[in-house]
Amino acid sequence: MIPTLGHGALVLALVVALAQGALGLASAARANERWMAWMKPLTAAQALLVTAAFAALSISFVQHDFSVYYVAAHSNSQLPLAYRFAAVWGGHEGSLLLWVLMLVGWMQSVAWRSRGLPLVFVARVLAVMSLLSAGFLLFMLATSNPFERLLPPVREGSDLNPLLQDPGMVLHPPMLYMGYVGFSVAFAFALAALMGGKLDAAWARWTRPWTVAAWVFLTLGIALGSAWAYNELGWGGWWFWDPVENASFMPWLAGTALVHSLAVSEKRGAFKAWTLLLALLAFSLSLLGTFLVRSGVLSSVHAFANDPKRGLFILVFLALVIGGSLALYAARAGAVGLGQRFGNVSRESALLLNNLLLVVATGSVLLGTLYPLFLDALGLGKVSVGPPYFDSVFRWLMAPLLLLLGAGPLLRWKDDGLGTLVRRLRWSVASALLVSLLAWALGGAASAWSYVGYALAGWVLGGVVEDLTGWRANWRQLTRAQWGMWLAHAGVAAFVLGVTTVQTHESSRDLRMQAGDTVALAGYDFRFVDAAAVAGPNYAAARGRVEVSRAGQPVTTLWPEKRVYRVQRNPMTEAAIDSNPARDLYVSLGELLPDGSWTVRVQHKPLVIWIWLGCLIMALGGALAASDRRYQRREARA
Amino acid sequence: MTKRTLLLCVWLVALAASAQTVPAPSNDAALDAHVQALAAQLRCVVCQNESVADSQAPLAADLREQIRRQLREGRSDEQIRSYMTDRYGDFVLYEPPLSGRTLLLWWGPALMLAVGGLALWGVLRRRGRLTDDAFEPDENAIG
Amino acid sequence: MTRWLIPLLLFGALLFFLVRGLNLNPREVPSPLIDRPAPAFAMPTLADPGHVLRREELLGRVWLLNVWASWCGPCRVEHPQWLKLAQRQPGVTLIGLNYKDERAAANAWLQDVGNPYTDSLFDPQGQLGLDYGVYGVPETFVIDRDGVVRFKHVGPLTSAVVREQIEPVLKRLGA
Repeated sequence: MIPTLGHGALVLALVVALAQGALGLASAARANERWMAWMKPLTAAQALLVTAAFAALSISFVQHDFSVYYVAAHSNSQLPLAYRFAAVWGGHEGSLLLWVLMLVGWMQSVAWRSRGLPLVFVARVLAVMSLLSAGFLLFMLATSNPFERLLPPVREGSDLNPLLQDPGMVLHPPMLYMGYVGFSVAFAFALAALMGGKLDAAWARWTRPWTVAAWVFLTLGIALGSAWAYNELGWGGWWFWDPVENASFMPWLAGTALVHSLAVSEKRGAFKAWTLLLALLAFSLSLLGTFLVRSGVLSSVHAFANDPKRGLFILVFLALVIGGSLALYAARAGAVGLGQRFGNVSRESALLLNNLLLVVATGSVLLGTLYPLFLDALGLGKVSVGPPYFDSVFRWLMAPLLLLLGAGPLLRWKDDGLGTLVRRLRWSVASALLVSLLAWALGGAASAWSYVGYALAGWVLGGVVEDLTGWRANWRQLTRAQWGMWLAHAGVAAFVLGVTTVQTHESSRDLRMQAGDTVALAGYDFRFVDAAAVAGPNYAAARGRVEVSRAGQPVTTLWPEKRVYRVQRNPMTEAAIDSNPARDLYVSLGELLPDGSWTVRVQHKPLVIWIWLGCLIMALGGALAASDRRYQRREARA
Repeated sequence: MTKRTLLLCVWLVALAASAQTVPAPSNDAALDAHVQALAAQLRCVVCQNESVADSQAPLAADLREQIRRQLREGRSDEQIRSYMTDRYGDFVLYEPPLSGRTLLLWWGPALMLAVGGLALWGVLRRRGRLTDDAFEPDENAIG
Repeated sequence: MTRWLIPLLLFGALLFFLVRGLNLNPREVPSPLIDRPAPAFAMPTLADPGHVLRREELLGRVWLLNVWASWCGPCRVEHPQWLKLAQRQPGVTLIGLNYKDERAAANAWLQDVGNPYTDSLFDPQGQLGLDYGVYGVPETFVIDRDGVVRFKHVGPLTSAVVREQIEPVLKRLGA
């Protein structure tokens, strides 16, 4: 009964979405206010229907309804409740439903907070988002129905992939999708502006908080994914340049460029055509990511099913949405206007440079990710492009960007001089030198790139301090947007510090250990006491006990596990990690050898937690900026 | 549907857990480091987005063992890499070699930067040549 | 006007590649051994540890090498194809490569599912598998009378694969 209701809700939602899309565009074109008044109620209707469908699927999972194929494929009677709920988005069909849920969520938010916006504009925005929703709903109903029945129902489900049975997985997809889908707001705003033929600073002011909010979610989503991989996959890596990771990173890079470009469009009215293009690009990359992950076009540890039929559908959808929007851009962007003047050394030109570097970075990630496909499609054989490529290219692009990060905010708008800038950079230079010296003193000699990393982290931090101190006389005038910017930039510095330190100074040992053996690493002693058999709710495990001490003083006890989940019978490594702001101690069990000993991997990772703390700080900065009072003031006034 | 590829990797690991290869990591740290360094340059053909150094697939363990053996025999890094590509093709090199067909890959970013930079410079120059009325007037002061 | 079209044109190019990509298999690793001599071996057989089978003994015949193991699920699924091949292609020699397995378990498996192979090589350490670039089980190689590898298939054989890919190659080689 419930699955049928859910299915019905999706069908109804599709009808509403199509109607809303058509109505919205028609009503805006004819400036028909009576029709436009339907947009908000229709939005609410879509939101309710999709929420109902999502609830239906969730209930099916919680109640172990194995007559639903999707539930049977991703759940099990032993699966703990929290993961039963998370299993809703554990597979392709359910994750699509999550996508649409997020989309209608954002739509509803736009509808609620649009009182200050012209009705025609809002009608167009909601119409575009409805059409996107319709596309995804159609895709689901045609090729990936989460409510497909399995009759007769099986007695027991196949269980959720054990890798997904982790707290990180509960949060990672929802955060990520909030980000991906959130960029559709900027996308819709851009299309609405192009359709209306008018673009001014007000448009940028409207678009900015939505974009920053989406960016915040995407940042958190990616950081969670990385932290999850670090915790779950058992060998201490946190970023693999896997095609699916890249698929989420590209919209993030474009989104970062967009956030900065919007700042210029809002303040100075400049870059309007470019900002429009970026707004279209960010969401297009989200859609492209969706395609790459679900079509079987790329080989990835992460990818969903390899189904060319689904791939074709998404590709057609992609062609229509992206092609259509870029065609509209080609037709209308020329009329948008140049905004205000700015000098060659100014905040605007620095932000232009920022955008150039970020867009080239996006392009490089795209190039590397799709290159194997390019060559294969041209019959030129197969290559593989992995971390060695991405790491080296990325360093060269990020270094100048970080240099800019430290200096850019110190430049004045409209026009500035190099001389005055250099004087303002004294804190940054000092800080860069200080951090490098500290790194050398504490860590010893390291590669050139390490010092570049340390110096840049210091440089960025120094720039933030310089900017802050410049305001100390008028600090009451500081807005949340400015605090947010400094916080976000400080987060970047923390991130760079974490990455540089880990890559330079991490150490590991891979070895065979008998009960009672000890291994020394980075000043710590790891004693492998023994391994015992334990049982979990839906798995059996061997749990090792490792006692860690330093100079004779006990530090902690770690319990790495090797689990075998009863239904899927995959062995899973649960690494044991002891974390503090200074370092992580990471122990994972490998294989049980015939003589009763275990292969064990022991790792010491200094400052690694700052990688994710840095991302968190960035996200907090963004959240602070998005909540700036000027966005709220305007809403109330109109 | 399920994340089939990941399951394949993990399944292979599970199956091989009952198989024979039991590499005994030596306690020679320098050899270990050399093996890891070479293994990091090779792609695990099974779990295709991991290096042989990182992958837990049994084939990766076998390849690491092979590297160790060959290093002990005194083979050079180049010889060991050739050994691998002779058997698995160029695909097994984690870092795509710089050859005719990967030229665009390696030079792509620099090319993009150059094109973008030129475009930027062109835009700035064009704006510089326009008169003031092509621009919007200065609304309010700097934010 | 033209410069505003650039994004659309670039997207069009991307679309072309993505469409092509839908028909390709990114996980497939092409074998560098195609059209090269099959790697040499002198391995004991599964049935009789004392008997060593050398590659040279197979010259002059068209033969198939099938990498299998008793612990391999898909091998069991494809096995009927091998029994069928043994009947339908009497002129082709079928050689198994028992990969990283235990002798007892492997022999028991063959007893259970049937033995289509003239002989199976016993490769408990996977050393020969490495030489043949084996990365998944099962795999199938087609080798001609001069000992040159002419075809490789990774994954279980299906009747479609046998009919559309293997048998044409066998015919071409004059099996």
